[in-house]
Amino acid sequence: MTSEPTRRFVTTAGLAALGLAVRPAPARALTEARARALVEGVVQDINRVIASGRSLGRMISEFERIFARYADVSIIARSTLGPAARRASAAQLRAYTEAFRSYVARKYGKRFNEFKGGRIEVRGVREVKSWHEVRSTAYLPGQSPFEVSFLVSDRSGRDRFFDLVIEGISMRITERTEIGAMLDRRNGDIDALIADLRSAG
Amino acid sequence: MAVAAALLVAGCAAQDPAVTRDVFDPHEAENRRMHEFNRGFDRVLVRPVSKGYTTAVPDDIETRVVRLAENLSLPADIVNNILQLNMRGAFRDTGRLLVNTTVGIGGLWDPASEMGMAAPTNTDFGETLYVWGAREGAYIELPVLGPSTTRHTFGIFFDLFTNPLTYVVESPENLVGTVAGVASGLSRRERFSETIDQILYESEDSYALSRSIYLQNRRFKLGGTAGEGYTDPYDRFGGTIAQEGPDDE
Repeated sequence: MTSEPTRRFVTTAGLAALGLAVRPAPARALTEARARALVEGVVQDINRVIASGRSLGRMISEFERIFARYADVSIIARSTLGPAARRASAAQLRAYTEAFRSYVARKYGKRFNEFKGGRIEVRGVREVKSWHEVRSTAYLPGQSPFEVSFLVSDRSGRDRFFDLVIEGISMRITERTEIGAMLDRRNGDIDALIADLRSAG
Repeated sequence: MAVAAALLVAGCAAQDPAVTRDVFDPHEAENRRMHEFNRGFDRVLVRPVSKGYTTAVPDDIETRVVRLAENLSLPADIVNNILQLNMRGAFRDTGRLLVNTTVGIGGLWDPASEMGMAAPTNTDFGETLYVWGAREGAYIELPVLGPSTTRHTFGIFFDLFTNPLTYVVESPENLVGTVAGVASGLSRRERFSETIDQILYESEDSYALSRSIYLQNRRFKLGGTAGEGYTDPYDRFGGTIAQEGPDDE
């Protein structure tokens, strides 16, 4: 009922929790080489977790740790909140960001077993608007290879990835749809959203 | 056919008031009703039948059926490639069709992929309409088939005619393609079962989620390049609060 790459999306969005290697950012602007090096670091970490064969619970926490370390979780979280981010207090934003991070880890991390025996290879980098897109290909056993892009920016002050795009499907935009729906159902109540997000995924 | 297609392109273009916004969904209420129907259809029929089918049928036979369906879809893909003036794609798909039909015994095996031949284009008449300049149109959720757009829906209809096999193959035999197609659909439903279940049954708004995912992926497939229509989140959301302390170790 949904197209095949669509299904791959959620499968692969497991990778969403895996991000850019954090390096102390030099003053100069993000270069292709740096963006690429960062994603290669992430991919290494991902591949290591995939190969580790740990229990699901361990993988999920591994996943959250990598996401927190390499992704700009705060910009991803804030943008999934949409316009509500503007009226949220700083404390709410902090609580939301934290809840979002563990929600993402659970939701995508529990699909990690589907990656067993798979790997990701970085193919190339290009500059797109104000960010860098690092393109890679995911090879999962029994599936045609598919495209995974990491969107990298240093606008937070560090080199971090702020989105992961699988066959054109952006994790950030997709989660924004989901979070938007959750918020609507709670009549825009951010605190209720945060509370429920802690057990969602 | 050419005239009908030209009218169709004009028709699609006329139906779309704005170009490239996020989502154009003027039929949302009807679409949501259809989505509920589709969800029920999946829950009571497609999902359980796909589980039964994949359990009952040995994996090897399942793979043959999927391969067969893929091979039978190639002639229509070749026609669409030609209509799109994508001669390279037409040649690739033709090569694949020849190899898999002969060496792969009617497409039951896939020696083309094993030989490292180019991946199939997997195109359709909806893509042909896109290449011809038709606009996307409105989002539509179709019964059973699920997410679509005005353009894609016209494409699905016209693909009933772009498949040369329907003209060449006699009546009971041409059902083979349909049956293999349905069966391989069941295989896919099961293979991606967790993902589909997550979208349909774990989301708080499975309609909006499947719409978003479908449109993003469809636009990507039709050659939407990264960045087009995508805005930098730092422009809108960066700097509204002070950067938090480092959350890395």
